[in-house]
Parts: sequence; C-alpha cells; structure tokens
Amino acid sequence: MTKFLETLDRRWIFLAMGLLVLLPLMFPLSLPLTVSPRVRAFEAAIARIPDGSTVLMSCDYDPAGIPEMVPMTQTALRQLFDKNCKVVVTCLWNGGPGLVDNVVRGVAAEKHKQDGVDFVNLGFKEGREAVMVLMGQGIANAFPRDYQGRESRSLPIMLHVRDYSSFPLLVNISAGYPGVKEWVQQVQGRFHLPMVAGCTAVSAPEFYPYLQSGQLLGLLGGMAGAAEYEKLRNEKGSATRGMDAQSLAHVFVAICILLGNWVQWRKRREGGS
Amino acid sequence: MNPTHDLSIWIGALLTLCVLSFLYRDNPFYKFAEHLFVGVSAGYYIVLNFWTVIVPNLWDPLSRSFAGQGVNAARTGMFAAELGDYRGWLVIPGLLGVLLFSRFFARVSWLSRWSLAVIIGVYAGIKTTGFAQGDFVAQVQSSLVPLWTGQVASSLNALIFTVGLITSLLFFFYSREHKGALGAASRLGIFFLMVSFGAGYGYTVMSRVSLLIGRFQFLLHDWLGMR
Amino acid sequence: MKREFPLLITAGVGLFMILSFFVPHEIVSVPADFLQQCAIIVVAFGYVLGGANVLKLNADQVYRRTPGWPYKLVLVASLIATVAIGLVEGRGFLNPGMRSKWIYDNLYAPMSATMFAMLAFYIASAAFRAFRIRTVEAGLLAAAALIVMLGRVPIGHVLTSWLPAPLQLPAVQDWVMEVPQNAAKRAILIGAALGVMATGLRVILGIERSYLSGKD
Repeated sequence: MTKFLETLDRRWIFLAMGLLVLLPLMFPLSLPLTVSPRVRAFEAAIARIPDGSTVLMSCDYDPAGIPEMVPMTQTALRQLFDKNCKVVVTCLWNGGPGLVDNVVRGVAAEKHKQDGVDFVNLGFKEGREAVMVLMGQGIANAFPRDYQGRESRSLPIMLHVRDYSSFPLLVNISAGYPGVKEWVQQVQGRFHLPMVAGCTAVSAPEFYPYLQSGQLLGLLGGMAGAAEYEKLRNEKGSATRGMDAQSLAHVFVAICILLGNWVQWRKRREGGS
Repeated sequence: MNPTHDLSIWIGALLTLCVLSFLYRDNPFYKFAEHLFVGVSAGYYIVLNFWTVIVPNLWDPLSRSFAGQGVNAARTGMFAAELGDYRGWLVIPGLLGVLLFSRFFARVSWLSRWSLAVIIGVYAGIKTTGFAQGDFVAQVQSSLVPLWTGQVASSLNALIFTVGLITSLLFFFYSREHKGALGAASRLGIFFLMVSFGAGYGYTVMSRVSLLIGRFQFLLHDWLGMR
Repeated sequence: MKREFPLLITAGVGLFMILSFFVPHEIVSVPADFLQQCAIIVVAFGYVLGGANVLKLNADQVYRRTPGWPYKLVLVASLIATVAIGLVEGRGFLNPGMRSKWIYDNLYAPMSATMFAMLAFYIASAAFRAFRIRTVEAGLLAAAALIVMLGRVPIGHVLTSWLPAPLQLPAVQDWVMEVPQNAAKRAILIGAALGVMATGLRVILGIERSYLSGKD
C-alpha cells in the first residue's frame, strides 16, 4: 500500500479531483450553509445607504474570476437595484470589461433598469492606482467616455456625479491587483469613502485587518462568501450550487495532506528499521 | 442532456477541453490553444488600450484643443487648461508614449527612460502615501485597543491578538540577533505567522477549486445543457 | 545626462505626488492631476509596445522557421486578426454583437478561465506529494490549513454539528481567522508598508535605479 501510494501517478489524483468536483454538480448534496458575520456586515452596509443613492461599483476581475466574482456582483447589483439605487460601474482589469458588461446588463435587464439613467458602465481604464486618485478629482476626468463610447458627462446618471463625494458607498469586487488593497489605500484612506469589498478566497485573509480597523465595512471572501450572500438574499445562484463540490474537494485535499504525510512517516519508519 | 446548438459555445467548450488536455500530457491541441490564447490576449490588450485610453484620454481632447476647444466650453485656447481639461498640454504624455517605442531602436533606446521615469515617479509617490496612510497609520491606530473589554472572552482575544501582533513584528526585527527574550518572542511570532500561512493556504485551496467548479459549471450547464 | 535626467524626472514627479497628498490647493492638485493623466496615457502606450514586441519576436521565429513555428504562426495570425478587427470596429468594439466581443466571449474568456482552473488539480497533487509536516511550525501550518479548509465550507458544520457551538469547525475557523491569523497579517501589513515606503523613497531619491536598465 505504501509502495503503491509512493509511486502513484499524479494523474490519478487529477482524476479523483475532477470527479469529486464534477459529480456533486450533477447530483447536488444540498449541504446546509451558515452565513458569517462579515457577509452580514456587507449586506447591512448596503442596506443602510439611502434608497435612490448613486453608488460606485468597481468590478476589477477577469474571466478567471468568474465563479467567485460574478455571483457576488450579481447579488450586490440586485440588492442595489432593489433599493432603487443608481450604479456607476468601472473596471480596472484589462481582461474584465466585456465580462463585467455582460454581468451588469444581465442584472439590469432582469430588474428593468435603463442604461445611462439607472446605471452606467464606464468601462475599463488603464492606470491602476493613478486612475483611482484621478477619479478623486473628477469621475468624468478619468472616464470621459463610457464603455459604449458615449460622452459620459452627457449621460443623465452622471449629471450629479462629480467625484467620490457624490457616492455614499464604494462596492469593490476584485480578484487581485489592482483591487481591494489599492482602493483602501488610495480612496478609503485619502477620500474617506465608506467601502465594502468582495474578493477571491486567495486574497481574503489579508483583508481581515482592514475589516477589524473599520476601513472595510464588510467582506465577501471567495465562493463561500458569495454563496452566503446569496443565501442571505434568498437567491440560489451558481455560488450556492458550487458549495457541495467545494466541500468534497476540500475534504479530498485534506486527505491528500494527511495521506501524503502518512506515507512519508511509514517510509521513514521502514527505512529506520 | 441537451447540448447547445450555439456554435460559439461549442468553440469555447472545445478550447476548454484542449487546455484541460494538458493534465494528461503536453499535446498539439494544448499547444494550439495556448498559442491562440497568447495571440488573442496580446491583440486584445493593444486594441483595448487604444480605444479606452489613447483615443478618449489623449487623441479626442488633443484634437479638440487644436480648435481651441475643451471640456469647459467657456474657455477657449489650445493651452487654456484647468483641472481635468488639459487640452494642448496633452502633447507631453503623447510624446512620452511615442518615446517608449524608441526601445526598438538600440541607438535611441535611452529616450524611453524619460517615459519610464514619469511612470515610476507617479507610482512611487502614490504608493508611498497610500501605504503610509492605508497600511501603516490606520493599522497601527486600530491596534491600540483596550485589552480589557468588560468580557472575559473578548478580552482574552484582544490579549492574544496584541501578543501575536507584537511577537510577529519582532520576528521581522533583524537588527539584533534573535537570542534571549527577543529570541523567545520571535519564536512565538513564528507560530502566529505559521497559523496565518496555514489559513492562507486553506483559502488558496478554496480559490483554486472554485475556478475548476466554474469551468465545470460552464461545460455542464452552458454546453451540455445539464441543469 | 542619459541617466541623470530621468533620475531628476523621477525625483521631481515623485516628490510632487507626495506633496499633492498633503496640499489640496490647486497650485499643486492641478499639476498632480495632469501627471496622473500622463501616467495613465504612457502606461497604455506601454501595453501597445508590449503587444508589438510579442508580434515582433514571434514573427521573427516564424520567418526563421524555428522549432514549433506553426504554433507561432497561429499566435501571429490571431494577434493580427484581433487587432485588425478591433481597430476597424471602433469605440464600441466590445458592444454586444461585435466580432471583437465574440472573440472576447468565445476565445479569450474560456481559455483564460481554464488556464487558471488547472491550478485546482495541481494544488491537490502538491498537497499529496510536497506538503511535509516535519517540524512544529509546519504542523501548526497544516493544522490551521485543515481547520480553515474544512471550517469554511458546509461540510465542516456537518462533521462537527454534534459539538457545542463554540467548538464546531466553522466557529473555530472564524476564531483562527479573526484572532491569530489577523494579528500576524497585520504585522505583515505594517512591515510591508514600512518596506514599500522605504523603497518608494529610495526610488524617488535616485538610490534605487534598476528601472534605468540598459547601456547608455
């Protein structure tokens, strides 16, 4: 057994991982979800803003972040549209504008919201932190045209939008750099704009200090955070459907760690004796 | 099972399978998909930056400034700039951007350093103040919390947190050898750091698995119509 | 002057950007805003330069028929096609119905997502073959990893629902993330902030010059 595991071709591990992710997607287990305090805080921060406000939402991700970021974006947009908030969307990742536009348009159509009046996708701008600081002097200075090429200053939604002071909240959904950290440093810290964030699981641990310090009012971490947010909002989206597969995959990786070490321990024992 | 009739989704699904085929071994299908991806990505980034930055932020305002016009219709003049309306002055970044291409010509490649110098200067300045305000001042400020909160459990947590913070910071203090009290404190700090790295590993596993779940959801739902 | 003038530019621009953080007066804020616009435009040109460099290198390999040149031809052809289509389609090149949008949705997006999705397989393989617990520190790392991995997903609650609430995996995971993990992460944040501030000042003051690579 030890010999077999020692010389195991890694492609068997790949196959096992693939099956443990695939099968729960085809045959759901419906394992129960519990909502964490950080996700409740995210939802509560959005619920607290006055109905009808104009909110800035920066969706900084690309297609690699679809499973984690898109469900968060959709649920946050639905919550904002349900409050009749207007949403100004930006994207600072060059792989993201097409995807973000698909997501925003999909939710806007669902909620019968009008482009240019109830929401606008200002599209992508290269420059990372420089764009964030530039927006502080004027949103339209950084984004003179929107995603479709229209003059952003002429759009009804942008008539009352000047700079960050025009928004009560920033909702940042980001997959890495530039993202939550840069928005906290350059915008929350400099312009004191209240902020909530959704991020990939890989970067979530490093934003806990921002939560504790109050720089972030709420945090969605990864697909689990997205699924909890969906549950809180009584939705059953792709994040919720993916949690069974996530559970089994995590158990598998835990078993791999323990089994790998057991094999090494046995090998050392046999080598010693 | 009800596979889609949309050819576009079939193409996306087949390319997905081509990339996944690398898990078995390197093969021509994977190589084809990889090179197609690099070519499409590079072309996309060129076009994206052209239409989203170079044209709206440089070309449009510059060409309007030749007619003495800008964002503020009340002001006329090619160099009549104000906040957010830089008109003819945008010749400067335009020139700096073109100078970047001097890197292709060895004799004049040193000119590209001027462009790089502007970029480096701007980002060094922005990042220095950003880290100072957002990561240093704010984090130190929020670390100065009362150790006694009125409740035993949260006070214990505050104490553990403070001990963890100080000992982890002491681990990074390399001006003195880690011996004696400093050695003991930094060893405790290592334990806290290992817990944080372990937590980071756990979240990384979650993130990577999510990516695979997303791909399988696309193949099952969008391609094969299995809901 | 080929190295000194850029250093002067960096110093002047960098110090001005730091000054703009503290001085809101328009005599500082307007030039600072202009410099940020400059940086955005120059970085965009940088991406065009990068794409042109990729084209040049691979076209050269196709011309010289290096091993694997048919794949390089695929790369060059797809790059030129994407650029040509995007330039012809104009400002709304990513609008629904555009060919560029089709390329983005059906070529770029699936392959980009799948490249990263493969990491899930490798992380499982690495967990089995490379994750070795040989010291107390590694044991702590593994314990934290296992608690977080299992506590963050529904199965953690299912496995430990028979325990009192504070001892269930999700609650333990929450405590690990909010207390010891948070403390260490804050220490790393503060340390990294000091490092970035020091490096930023070194670059601005011309002590760090690695960005001026190449011969004069």
